Amino acid sequence: MANESKGLWKIIGASSLGTLIEWYDFYIFGSLATVISTKFFPSDNPTAAFLATLATFAAGFVVRPFGALFFGRLGDLIGRKYTFMVTLLLMGGATFLIGCVPSYESIGFLAPVLVLLLRLLQGLALGGEYGGAATYVAEHAPANRRGYWTSWIQTTATVGLFVSLLVIMLTRMALSKEDFNEWGWRVPFWVSIIMVAVSYFIRKKMGESPLFAKVKAEGNISKNPLKESFGNKANFKYVLLALFGATMGQGVVWYTGQFYAMSFIEKICMVDKMQSDVLIAIALLMGTPFFLVFGALSDKIGRKKIMLAGMLLAVFCYRPIYEKMYQTVSIKNKVEITSKQNTKLSFVTNPKTNLRDSVYTTNYFYRDGATKTEIKTIYLAYKGKDVSVSKEEIKSTIVVNNSDKWMLIWMVFIQVLFVTMVYGPIAAFLVELFPTNIRYTSMSLPYHIGNGVFGGLLPAVAVYLATKANDANTLAESVGQQLPYDKPYLEGLWYPIIVSGVCFIIGMVYINSKHKHIDD
Amino acid sequence: MISMNKLKRLLGFVWILLALACAYFGITDFGWPKVAHPKGNDDLVFGIIILFVLMPIIVGGLLKFGIYALQGLYDEE
Repeated sequence: MANESKGLWKIIGASSLGTLIEWYDFYIFGSLATVISTKFFPSDNPTAAFLATLATFAAGFVVRPFGALFFGRLGDLIGRKYTFMVTLLLMGGATFLIGCVPSYESIGFLAPVLVLLLRLLQGLALGGEYGGAATYVAEHAPANRRGYWTSWIQTTATVGLFVSLLVIMLTRMALSKEDFNEWGWRVPFWVSIIMVAVSYFIRKKMGESPLFAKVKAEGNISKNPLKESFGNKANFKYVLLALFGATMGQGVVWYTGQFYAMSFIEKICMVDKMQSDVLIAIALLMGTPFFLVFGALSDKIGRKKIMLAGMLLAVFCYRPIYEKMYQTVSIKNKVEITSKQNTKLSFVTNPKTNLRDSVYTTNYFYRDGATKTEIKTIYLAYKGKDVSVSKEEIKSTIVVNNSDKWMLIWMVFIQVLFVTMVYGPIAAFLVELFPTNIRYTSMSLPYHIGNGVFGGLLPAVAVYLATKANDANTLAESVGQQLPYDKPYLEGLWYPIIVSGVCFIIGMVYINSKHKHIDD
Repeated sequence: MISMNKLKRLLGFVWILLALACAYFGITDFGWPKVAHPKGNDDLVFGIIILFVLMPIIVGGLLKFGIYALQGLYDEE
């Protein structure tokens, strides 16, 4: 029993470490996007800027499901172990090479093209990794603990994000700002190869999944996993059910709790970047152990109840939670100490025009301890031989007091809790839905469509809905009509609310908890 | 009282209608305006993804799901 448990820990450790590294590799690109864009995608070149947008969107949304199909098929044909070793090497190699590509200044247009191709390879690898790791762990785990063991895999996406931020932060601290921007940003990409090498050697020593080995020994390996998964009605109906009754809702709840909350606090509430990063990090840290709690609980009371409860809570709580966050930060609810207000004027030389733009920095202080900094920049430009004001830009940031900071942390934590409810048990749920010979292929596709497409599009769709509501209000205000939207800042939430709601109904009515297709 | 299997089949109509509604609003409201009159690269790529990735998955998948539900493929034995 002790040996069995020790063996399982090795399997969990090796699988989770590899998946964590893949998430790390995937996230550092996003976290270093600003530096990367200046090195490879200059904004004054429209084609390069277009490639940058493609790199952001395509790897996350389009390529991941293709990776799921390609590597899923491979995993069902040659085995789980070799396939998720290939995805690990592919991801690590692509990440390392991104760190080696010369800048646009050195090799011109080839630089953004190479980065885009490597980014696409990252997306492909990620599409293949998760299904392999989840299947591999689930096929080793005892039936009554499958939810708990696979929930370790579920923590890797969040922990991978942490590690990426940590490595970037440490690199920044170790180098000067100039050195980091010049070459130091490449270090987090290079670090990946060391982590991948360690994980590769650990994974290499592991055996094949016992269930796959059994199917192989019996000669029951699928000849065409894609056809059997998606061309066979009896199995395809479960692929559709997994997508519309589970992963679609899980994807939007995951993205709302982990990314939309961050963007809402920074861009809508205008909380200072450093403060918002810290409070999100604390909420994520507090929430991460609950992946394991709900994974384990799903072994006792079933996967369906927990996942659907998470979706239902999200449907009813998102608007009150976001309203509370907005009102907590809003300066309309704070009393200003007008005597402390101060404004400083400085001048910054604009390298494009060589003119000195005026920058007014005004600090506002509030009785509850909050502060607001407003930076108003007046840009100058030549109009013929004359100099005139070309545009004005106002940027505000708010630093809230400690109790408001904790209120925001709790609000994000509640959302992370919903994430852990829908995401913790889902690997076990997906694995149990499909037979061993086509499991890797069948579970990978709905997972990556749910997460990559439905979840990945959330920021863009939510921003679109909120902007549309804002524009309608501005138009109504300009013609003196009543405002059509009472709270335009909450409009973006309709996307996760509707998707989760539909997913909840489909899951509630169609998922049969007794349907378990794993050979115990 | 309506049985669970009957409810599953009846809801099949709802998923088919929802798929058609998604197709209509997804194309006319989201996708096409962004492809036809983009306000920059992000807008154009977003429109293309909505039209050629999200819409086929939602519409095709939900339509198929609704048809399967109507045919009783999700009935409990």
